[in-house]
Amino acid sequence: MIYDKTLGNRVIDGVIYLLLAVTALICVLPFVYVLAVSFTSPTEAAKGGIILFPKEWSLSAYKYIFSTDTLFRSMLVSIYITVVGTMINLLLTSLMAYPLAKQHLEGRRTILLGVLFTMLFSGGLIPTYFVVKNLHMIDTFWSLMIPGAISAFNLIVLKNFFSQIPDGLEDAAKIDGCSDVGVLFRIVLPLSMPAMATFALFYAVAHWNQFFNAVLYINDNTKWPIQVLLREIVILAQSRIGDTSIDEVDIQPLTIRMAVIVFATLPILIVYPFLQKHFTKGVLLGSVKG
Amino acid sequence: MKMESALPAGRHGSGARQRLANARLRNILRDKWLYLMILPGVAYFIIFKYVPMYGIVMAFQDYKPYLGFMNSPWVGFKHFERFFGEPQFWMLFRNTVLLALYNLVFFFPLPIVLALMLNEIRLERFKRFVQTLIYIPHFVSWVVVVGIFYMLLTTENGILNELIYRMTGEKIAFLLEPEWFRTMIVTQSIWKEVGWGTIIFLAALSGVDMQLYEAARIDGAGRWRQLWHITLPAIRSTIVILLILRLGHFLDSGFEQIFLMLAPTNREVGEVFDTYVYVKGLTQAQYSYSAAVGLFKSAVGLVLVLGANWLAKRFGQEGVY
Repeated sequence: MIYDKTLGNRVIDGVIYLLLAVTALICVLPFVYVLAVSFTSPTEAAKGGIILFPKEWSLSAYKYIFSTDTLFRSMLVSIYITVVGTMINLLLTSLMAYPLAKQHLEGRRTILLGVLFTMLFSGGLIPTYFVVKNLHMIDTFWSLMIPGAISAFNLIVLKNFFSQIPDGLEDAAKIDGCSDVGVLFRIVLPLSMPAMATFALFYAVAHWNQFFNAVLYINDNTKWPIQVLLREIVILAQSRIGDTSIDEVDIQPLTIRMAVIVFATLPILIVYPFLQKHFTKGVLLGSVKG
Repeated sequence: MKMESALPAGRHGSGARQRLANARLRNILRDKWLYLMILPGVAYFIIFKYVPMYGIVMAFQDYKPYLGFMNSPWVGFKHFERFFGEPQFWMLFRNTVLLALYNLVFFFPLPIVLALMLNEIRLERFKRFVQTLIYIPHFVSWVVVVGIFYMLLTTENGILNELIYRMTGEKIAFLLEPEWFRTMIVTQSIWKEVGWGTIIFLAALSGVDMQLYEAARIDGAGRWRQLWHITLPAIRSTIVILLILRLGHFLDSGFEQIFLMLAPTNREVGEVFDTYVYVKGLTQAQYSYSAAVGLFKSAVGLVLVLGANWLAKRFGQEGVY
């Protein structure tokens, strides 16, 4: 917009700056609070009040949550399904998106329509559960990685991205003796790094935050990913952390719950700044119609 | 292939049809590697999306896992009749629709307003700073969001309740009292997703031609008129598309979030179709009945999205499909 710097316009600008600053603060202050409380000594935290910076530093909450294997094991589970799951996602999505980007592929439209339809209609929870069960995936990590291996939405965005890559490049590679698979891995994927980084982030975040699938498919609590454990500790406030019962006196003080939240969120907050510049671009891609 | 299909259909002799078939076969053979590449993906969609659709037949059976789909007895619409006859049906219906409406009314406009405000900011660094911060909540899980809300609002030392207590001398049991349930759900959704929701509108806004604004200013249009006549029309189609998508998922009330927020005290207002399917199906093992409930929900969802799309096209907008 173009406007003069009149008094009225300056006031409007001032109000907008203020509102945006407040919005931004509301979005991050809860995290700052959680972080600060997790480092505050339990006695200080029990007094309550507003803590945005620990008055009395203490690592006791973190010492407690790592005093047993439970949290550590859950984090390993989450790391495993995030890393392996994301690789499966990226591999399967790009393997399928690439041929679909080829206009000349026979049957391409049929397959695309088939994919689109799954975005409109689904069999629902119970029939899907039975598929997973009949494939003997219950209580395996596969149940957390395979049933969501391809997101239809990401697939279509990636297909559109691939079809923007000039054909000439691929033709040249083929003349030099490259196969279709080779073209994908040596030419197309390297050219698509921003898109791949975005999808990697989205898929990885989805895996790390995955909660409900684990509730459905994982009964064995030694295989729980971090989010399920987090729910037990923070929301249900029922389980002591861990199978060993050190510190029976502890009744889940605030600081411990906060520390668990910090650990469950940390990886995302660490990765976020590195990928931020990519993902806005990625979302823009997504807004291009297929 | 394009040339052949351009021929009038009547003139396809058997020879021409044969040639067409041969050409197709040649194409398929030429692309054999492409087909091989696409195979895992196609298998994925068939197994995890289409087989469950077939599995819906269990909604019309008294499905017993040891009998399978083949041998379980058919019962027609028995489960649907039971579902529509239950008093809970109306409770679920009301809860699901009210939550969806609240989200539509209170949540949907906010990212647009926020994007419009961000679009007014000339100071690039401030803009980027705000954007960075408001995207963050989108990336944390619902468990964390609900957990943080619990900590902030609990009557035992929750920081917000402390503040309310200091100001009013009373505490509010946000987490226990059913009348707060919908407010909490909508507030959480707004907090988590409002920033993320701005991205697509900002993208649409960045495409507006600056010359339009210049011309408007020369014509004497002030800030509000520019907003009304240039900026808003520029993002209208984006708004419509997002509204359609939202309507299509009208009945998906944020399963994980509601599942996490549900407690014995708020089931009356919080139970929705999705959570009901889970409780009946997986914790009480009434497979066929809950599959029927799920099918009802999916079918209504399909009708809604197609209907919304049709409406959008009627009103001269580009639809999604």
